[in-house]
Amino acid sequence: MKNNLVELKNISKSFGKTMVLDDLCLEVKENEFITLLGPSGCGKTTTLRIIGGFEKPDQGKVIFDGKDITNIPANKRNLNTVFQKYALFQHMTIGENIAFGLKIKNKSAAYIKDKIKYALKLVNLEGFENRKPASLSGGQQQRIAIARAIVNEPKVLLLDEPLGALDLKLRQDMQYELMRLKEELGITFIYVTHDQEEALTMSDQVVVMNQGYIQQMGTPEDIYNEPENAFVADFIGDSNIIDGIMLEDKLVEILGYKFECVDVGFGRNRPVDVVVRPEDVILGKEGEGILDGVVTSLIFKGVHYEMDVQAGGYEWLVHSTLCYPVGTKVSISVIPFNIQIMNKPEYDDERAVVLDE
Amino acid sequence: MRGRWFLMNRKWLATPYAIWALGFIVLPLIMVIYYGVTNGAGEFTCSNVMAITDPIHYKAFGNSVLIALGSTLICLIIAYPLAYILSQSEKRGAGTVIMIFVLPMWINFLLRVLALQMILSNTGILNAILKFFGLPVQRIMYTKGAILIGMVYDYIPFMILPIYNVMSKIDKDVLEAAQDLGATAFTTFKRIIVPLSLPGVLSGIIMVFIPSLSEFVVADILGGSKILLFGNVIEQEFNVLNNWNLGSGLSIVLMIFIFISMAIMNRNEGEEGEAMLW
Repeated sequence: MKNNLVELKNISKSFGKTMVLDDLCLEVKENEFITLLGPSGCGKTTTLRIIGGFEKPDQGKVIFDGKDITNIPANKRNLNTVFQKYALFQHMTIGENIAFGLKIKNKSAAYIKDKIKYALKLVNLEGFENRKPASLSGGQQQRIAIARAIVNEPKVLLLDEPLGALDLKLRQDMQYELMRLKEELGITFIYVTHDQEEALTMSDQVVVMNQGYIQQMGTPEDIYNEPENAFVADFIGDSNIIDGIMLEDKLVEILGYKFECVDVGFGRNRPVDVVVRPEDVILGKEGEGILDGVVTSLIFKGVHYEMDVQAGGYEWLVHSTLCYPVGTKVSISVIPFNIQIMNKPEYDDERAVVLDE
Repeated sequence: MRGRWFLMNRKWLATPYAIWALGFIVLPLIMVIYYGVTNGAGEFTCSNVMAITDPIHYKAFGNSVLIALGSTLICLIIAYPLAYILSQSEKRGAGTVIMIFVLPMWINFLLRVLALQMILSNTGILNAILKFFGLPVQRIMYTKGAILIGMVYDYIPFMILPIYNVMSKIDKDVLEAAQDLGATAFTTFKRIIVPLSLPGVLSGIIMVFIPSLSEFVVADILGGSKILLFGNVIEQEFNVLNNWNLGSGLSIVLMIFIFISMAIMNRNEGEEGEAMLW
């Protein structure tokens, strides 16, 4: 059983009249890659800044390694941050940048030299000591920012959307790089992003946040396959979220049609939200499925086709490797295991919001 | 064809300025150099330039350099902390304070110096206030102090603006990164803010020091005739003694000195220091 390295206890934070975090509790275990995921303004960055010591919570405690560090300033905390815009010291060389934290701790010149070499090797930028940050590409600069943070041997590395400024290909490469670093260093990563694919790829634990609340916490598989509410279902990947009525255990009525499912314990005739992932919708010949419909749009996406199917008064989003041209009459069916039943939200805050992204 | 050339090539738009520059910058410069290296009869001579070795001239030159250095230093001491505080504070509040410092720049230079005279003179506003509180009357007018006050008053916006500009461009992330790596507020200031603001400081020094060097109006009005600056000497050679050759020769000396100090400062600026404000 791993210990809790970072604990947030009942953290609340407001900026002016805007409540950013409301009674937030979070536990991060040793050597875990944990991602705070959510749309802009959900409080994920504020949470990270509170752990880093750049913001003070209005209420609540930050526990680090068993000690209350709520009132300890950022420069006295044994954790380091990687910033979204790299935040390198432009007037120093790469070597001086990496040595900054070590010089403050009065380490010996030989030790610092070794550390710079080690860190540059770790981020695959050997021999860059004497270059200036401005001469490096965005991806290289971000690696230097990571190197500068990890030479201080922090127990936790905080990463605030570190790949946000990079282009897609580089972002994917850096994801693997970060996972490798995490393995080699054996320290805890707390990662903030709004990119759900990034979160699912890298994390041991994903914390989905919205409007200052934690919506769901779990492994990437849990979050994707078993979203607890419509917000999580909608935010993590595309989903068909349809009103349904749970008729009895393992039987749900959607759009007037009966679907078998595997969920139990919702009672009888209870209104629920039903989630069906677009890749789980099976298209077939007319009359062979549970309900019939017509393809209204078709887009080629590379790996699969994305189709809209008008059926039962709902526009189903469907991903399939098979192509059904617009106007084709098709049937829709879903295997029971792929139907996810969720309780209707009790609070407004949990209601699915329409996102721009 | 012709009309098309007119539209395509926009260089002709610079013609008015080119005429202006030729008439009021290039030609006068050539004339200054011509007068500087000739005597009244039009023969070549170095004596006008070498006249700097005359004690009256080099003492005035020394005065000018000292006062320019002094006013630059005072401007820097006042401007740097102010620019730092402003760059750390909210944009709107900072804008108002900057405005207050820049406002006098919109009023004619002579008018401002004359206003200072009213304040500083023996029977002026400052002494009236001192008298009211029963404090001893200060004789500030016609001293080096008065000239310094006048110059600092005139040139301080040129020091504040470039420093404030560079400082407000320093990313807050960078300061937080320093803090994150264990730096105290003082270390962050010394290791991050000071080096990153150097280009602005250098630009401010150039913009205060260089014009201060050739200053003579402030010395005339606030210094009376008691303190002779190099600018006064040159001005007198032209306007009073009508010796254009000597005036030009001394101007050349001043120009060479300015070029040398600019070269030294530009070299210190290094390769990545971008020039601010000018």
